[in-house]
Amino acid sequence: MSGGGLRARLVVTRPAFTLDVALEVAPGEVVALLGPNGAGKTTALRALAGLVALSPGGEISLDGRALHAVPAERRPVGMVFQDYLLFPHLSALDNVAFGPRCRGASKAEARRAAAALLERVGLAAHAAARPRQLSGGQAQRVALARALAVRPRLLLLDEPLAALDAHTRLEIRSQLRRHLADFDGATVLVTHDPLDAMVLADRLVVVEEGAVVQEGTPGDVARRPRTDYVARLVGLNLYRGAGDGGRVKVGELLFSTIEQVEGQAFVAFPPAAVALYRSRPDGSPRNLWQARIDGVERHGDNVRVHLDGPIGAFADVTPAAVAELDLTPGRTVWASVKATETHAYPA
Amino acid sequence: MSNAVSGSVLGRLSRWAAVVPVALAVLSGCGSGEPSAASPAAADGARQVTVFAAASLTGTFTELGKAFEAAHPGTSVRFNFGSSATLAQQITQGAPADVFAAASPATMKTVTDAALTSGAPTTFVRNKLQIAVPAANPAKVDELKDLTDPKVKVALCAEQVPCGAAATKALAAAGLKVTPVTLEQDVKATLTKVELGEVDAALVYRTDVIASGGKVQGIDFPEADKAVNDYPIAALAKAPSGDLAGQFVALVLSPQGKDVLAKAGFEAP
Amino acid sequence: MDAPLTPAPGRSGAGKSGGRGRAARERGVSGRAPLALLVPAVLGLAFLVLPLAGLLVRAPWPTLLRRLAEPYVLEALRLSLVCATLATAVCLVLGVPLAWLLARVAFPGRRVVRALVTVPLVLPPVVGGVALLLVLGRRGLLGQWLESAFGVTLPFTTAGVVVAEAFVAMPFLVISVEGALRGADRRYEEAAATLGASRWTVFRRVTLPLIAPGVAAGAVLCWARALGEFGATITFAGNFPGTTRTMPLAVYLALETEPEAAIVLSLVLLAVSVAILAGLRDRWVSAS
Repeated sequence: MSGGGLRARLVVTRPAFTLDVALEVAPGEVVALLGPNGAGKTTALRALAGLVALSPGGEISLDGRALHAVPAERRPVGMVFQDYLLFPHLSALDNVAFGPRCRGASKAEARRAAAALLERVGLAAHAAARPRQLSGGQAQRVALARALAVRPRLLLLDEPLAALDAHTRLEIRSQLRRHLADFDGATVLVTHDPLDAMVLADRLVVVEEGAVVQEGTPGDVARRPRTDYVARLVGLNLYRGAGDGGRVKVGELLFSTIEQVEGQAFVAFPPAAVALYRSRPDGSPRNLWQARIDGVERHGDNVRVHLDGPIGAFADVTPAAVAELDLTPGRTVWASVKATETHAYPA
Repeated sequence: MSNAVSGSVLGRLSRWAAVVPVALAVLSGCGSGEPSAASPAAADGARQVTVFAAASLTGTFTELGKAFEAAHPGTSVRFNFGSSATLAQQITQGAPADVFAAASPATMKTVTDAALTSGAPTTFVRNKLQIAVPAANPAKVDELKDLTDPKVKVALCAEQVPCGAAATKALAAAGLKVTPVTLEQDVKATLTKVELGEVDAALVYRTDVIASGGKVQGIDFPEADKAVNDYPIAALAKAPSGDLAGQFVALVLSPQGKDVLAKAGFEAP
Repeated sequence: MDAPLTPAPGRSGAGKSGGRGRAARERGVSGRAPLALLVPAVLGLAFLVLPLAGLLVRAPWPTLLRRLAEPYVLEALRLSLVCATLATAVCLVLGVPLAWLLARVAFPGRRVVRALVTVPLVLPPVVGGVALLLVLGRRGLLGQWLESAFGVTLPFTTAGVVVAEAFVAMPFLVISVEGALRGADRRYEEAAATLGASRWTVFRRVTLPLIAPGVAAGAVLCWARALGEFGATITFAGNFPGTTRTMPLAVYLALETEPEAAIVLSLVLLAVSVAILAGLRDRWVSAS
């Protein structure tokens, strides 16, 4: 990553909010900024595009060139906006040709380039259509073609799939993944959907309250969440405790784990690994605690039980088990997790 | 989308419009003094006489009004000054006036034709035209013939109003043809153009030149005698304050009235 | 210009606030109009229309055609239409950028400037005319210089009529366009910037097309106001047949001697302006 790609420290100071995020993206790499609403993801993206000025301390360099003092219209950056923002008065073709025109291409050249890009995203037949005649998925592809038409070295996508319905989303997601793979510049993608992030990105950067709280490959982040937000996203129960070899002490509870950790440590396990009992189970399985049922909801084919007690936890059980054990809110149950199902790592 | 947009435009306009009435109220407060319809003030014993008079009488009649009020305690005089033609129309449309003083017999005739005067009108003054030039007289005008020079910008009153009719008559008497740059709707507007130097000369009444207080210079010319304007005055038949109307007319015709009018440049009939 | 009633899910930004929501609202709210709104609405309409009815009732129908055929009527009408249209063009050229400045550029004293823009609205037009004379007249602050440097004098010329009308009508355009600019989605301008458009290009190729309906509405108001302009015109530009006597001036002068002729002229002005405005409106609707 010497010189090539994006290196940025995005500092934006506002009265009630500070964003301070360091980002490195190699050419050809796709990095997803993942985080809850209001975490500052979109602000980070707008700062990269030049739509928000950086505060002192912030800097952006792209392929070795300092960008933070360059106005938006002169940055080699293409951006796909959340609602696509296709110009309603221009045809799909002219939307895509807009960038090349602004960057000095002749009308014919710009249109030729635009037609080629529309062809690439499979919309050659819709070149003459106005944005309001396009479906959501088509509009998304035109927006991508428009951003790519300026031959950017940095591609920014703000919630590129959020405006689509579930079915279209699946299809567009896989297409987008293909187009991103073809793109040889750096890509930064903002999303609050973990699935989009996992599928589209080579690396995740999790932002909460304006700061990076975790980064790594999708697999790494999914296995070893480091904040409650990430844990919820990837569907794990997560606790912070004190490691002591094969055990981690979380509050009053002592978890036995496979991994050996010392000092500050996380323990994570999936809700499906939690077993529930009406009465204290025979023998004495380890990692056992008594909990009160706080709520019960459907979760896919299973039922997710919210447990309150020494630790809060989710347990996924079958509907049959719910009936059999009479798992209603307010009832007290015993919960346990096998050591082999837990995952412990240093905090 | 047009509906939505024009809706917002209207919304915006109405927001701006909200400030307009306030501003208008302030402005009209500054410029008040023009009476509207009859006010009910007369009901509580105070008596009122309403006089419709040609704009050229503004200064003299205001002075006479004060004298009238002094001589008739408890009485107030309200004036409606304006173009004689407009006033005549307001009277024929039923405006509650006691006295009408016009700047030309023709406009008075509209009212007498409608049988709205009590008795025949009396000519109380005459007014003569003068050439009005800016104080510095940039075009060096000194006789009527100079107005025919195309380089001299001339303003006249429109023929439809008394000062315009008089100007046409005077020019015809002199056998001259003048091409003005503008035909103003009343004598004050004509005079304003001279005062601001927008024109080099205009034909206006002597009284207007005197009233301008030195901002314009008046030049007499012999043909003015062929186009003298008679000012008739009459009490009105339906005068709400009949006796006061007659008394006001009498004041105008009295030596005191003649004195005030003569000072302003009017000639005796 | 109306959005289609079958919006695709998640259409581009315009759809976000446009079609679907409004269509639902139009269908959702129904039932009788409340009397509390209907009564004042009808009274308001009567208030606006009755004076017109008065003109129609009092019009001298038997002599109407003869009066219309008089050459000065056509001359004044032609002058009115030409001047109002030119004044609207002047207002567009100067007013749209001014509205942009007010809506898009934060500068100290912006509120004061915005208030100043409304001055011609509250100023009695005659005073506006005098003010124009003081600035652009032969002895005026700029007028002196215009005459000595270019030999141009505005008073008593048709150009002077255009200036007076533009002065009085400009606020209508500026206010409309500024409102449209504030209502327009600025994110489109940002999108254009990321595509490499300079601020001028953004304005020309994105902002202006987006606010076109607002500009058109403002231009219509502006034109209508210019067409009826009287006070500033007669004061600044004077009143001479063929060069500066527009319809309103002809009407006023006719009132001095021949009220019936004034009514005829007023009707002509009204008929022509209503016909043109109605025609424009139809064209916009069918263009969408």
